[in-house]
Amino acid sequence: MIRTPAGRLFWARRLAQMVLVVLSIGTVNFLLLHLAPGDAAQVLAGESGSASPEYLAALRRQFGLDRPFPVQFGHYILRLVTFDLGFSHRQGLPVATLILDRLPATLLLMSASIGLAVLLGGALGFLAARRAGGLADALISGLALLFYATPVFWVGLMLTVVFAVWLDWFPVGGMRAIGATSGPGAILDIAHHLVLPPTTLGLFYMATYTRLMRASVLDVQDRDFVRTARAKGLADGRIAWRHVLRNATLPIVTTVGVQVGSILGGAVLVETVFSWPGLGRLAFEALFQRDLNLLLGILFLSSILVGVANLAVDLAYARLDPRIGLQG
Amino acid sequence: MSGPADAFARAPLLLSVLHRPAGAAGLAVLALVGLAALSAGLLSPGDPLDMVALPFLWPGTDWAHPLGTDMLGRDLAAGLLHGARVSLLVGIVAAVIALGIGVGAGALAGFYRGRLDAVLMRATELFQTIPPFLFALAIVAVLQPSLTTITLAIGVTAWPSLARIVRAEVLALRDGEMVQAAVAIGASDARILLLHVLPNVLGPVLVSASILVATAILTESSLAFLGLGDPNVVSWGGMVGAGREVLRTDWYVAALPGLAIVAVVLGLNLLGDALNDALDPRRMRR
Repeated sequence: MIRTPAGRLFWARRLAQMVLVVLSIGTVNFLLLHLAPGDAAQVLAGESGSASPEYLAALRRQFGLDRPFPVQFGHYILRLVTFDLGFSHRQGLPVATLILDRLPATLLLMSASIGLAVLLGGALGFLAARRAGGLADALISGLALLFYATPVFWVGLMLTVVFAVWLDWFPVGGMRAIGATSGPGAILDIAHHLVLPPTTLGLFYMATYTRLMRASVLDVQDRDFVRTARAKGLADGRIAWRHVLRNATLPIVTTVGVQVGSILGGAVLVETVFSWPGLGRLAFEALFQRDLNLLLGILFLSSILVGVANLAVDLAYARLDPRIGLQG
Repeated sequence: MSGPADAFARAPLLLSVLHRPAGAAGLAVLALVGLAALSAGLLSPGDPLDMVALPFLWPGTDWAHPLGTDMLGRDLAAGLLHGARVSLLVGIVAAVIALGIGVGAGALAGFYRGRLDAVLMRATELFQTIPPFLFALAIVAVLQPSLTTITLAIGVTAWPSLARIVRAEVLALRDGEMVQAAVAIGASDARILLLHVLPNVLGPVLVSASILVATAILTESSLAFLGLGDPNVVSWGGMVGAGREVLRTDWYVAALPGLAIVAVVLGLNLLGDALNDALDPRRMRR
């Protein structure tokens, strides 16, 4: 699609947008670093308190903190663009290494949660719309309303009490058992750990998609093309599958794209509850150790992740609905 | 002129909301929580963070402390009553901040279009790219947690979707006959915006406002759960976080404040649904 003029324009505009996002979030981070109590060198040192004056002076020189404000800003942005996010003295590793190390676990958790939420929410919403006004509709809509109002971290704790403490079906936390082997056993082990966390995170978004799917099926099934399909004698199931469902899925795809940032925020809470070794857990550790530079690095990378996810959704959208071309 | 203005003229909004089961239930729950917040000082005087009885008193075992006590002997019922104040205060003020920014940006962008629109919409997109919860968390972590910083952080991260809604509504009204007529009789921009455009956007804004308060309360409780609450006041999320330590044996310490959060947020969402239906009569048939 990069071969057509429209496609080239799309990618050019998206690239420009991405650059703008990087610059802006760099600015936000820079401002936050300078808003923190104490000077930025102390923040960068991880507020360890034990940092010697010589070390702080070296940091100030290294980051140009003794230079005028605009020069500092230039330095900071330049380092971000080259993906140099600084060093976490608390963890003894570069911030970028720490983040990339934790990213896969978060991506696994997020994709499992989104998959669960879309499949379950879509199915329930579809069912509710087909039985609109009936008992099943009332039950499903009520359940969606309830989960939509329940804090994610609390759901996690209650699921832990019931399924990990009382019933002992699933582990309390972590991503793999201690001393777990590699090979097929390891995959099973991770899958066993990967039940409660995505359920916790997925239930809230399932509620959103249930409501959305119900509304959009109700909207689509009155349209002319559905009436036409019915008039030409198509079977009910076939109309539902080919005509209603496909069109009703579009708003869900849009919403998933909009919500990626919010789901990432939810992942912080879920990972904290279940000691899931991902970005969210890393953010919590950074918070706990007042490692602000690491925290801001996570914020920076998460924003880029959201930007990339939005791009993926736009591409998926163009594929799902041929009427919609790629637009900057 | 169709739309929200008609609904106002036809029946008082409050009555219309109360006639719907969702609206009545939502308002009842919210009234109850409001009452709890107002009477907290009366029903349980003193600091809810003080130790008043033996620790780990289960709910229903001692009627002096109907909901029991936590691991430090703090009365859970007192915590819930005082926590209602914090949740409502932070939720409402943060929503007001978000409403101010969102309605302001959306109305200006939609009304003036052109370059101002482009700039404001880029800013909105940017704020939508930064994960809102992580953003609020970073702001509170940097500025140190207090009621002021928490409220501000939630307010300045919650407005983008509202700005988009308001912009779309204003764009639709902008070329309508009503605004054209106002322009024709020489009304100033400010007059048109404040007297003709904004009142007609009130419907969607009201619906968003109830959702915004609900989201703000959820965000506040999540921050407090992670330990980013104001250390000087009791908060429902903070209570859940504290109860987490004794989850295996005394799960009620974490469970009860969570139920309070669910009740308030559910009430606000029900109110939002009822408002939405009341303001958009076309949906009535469903």
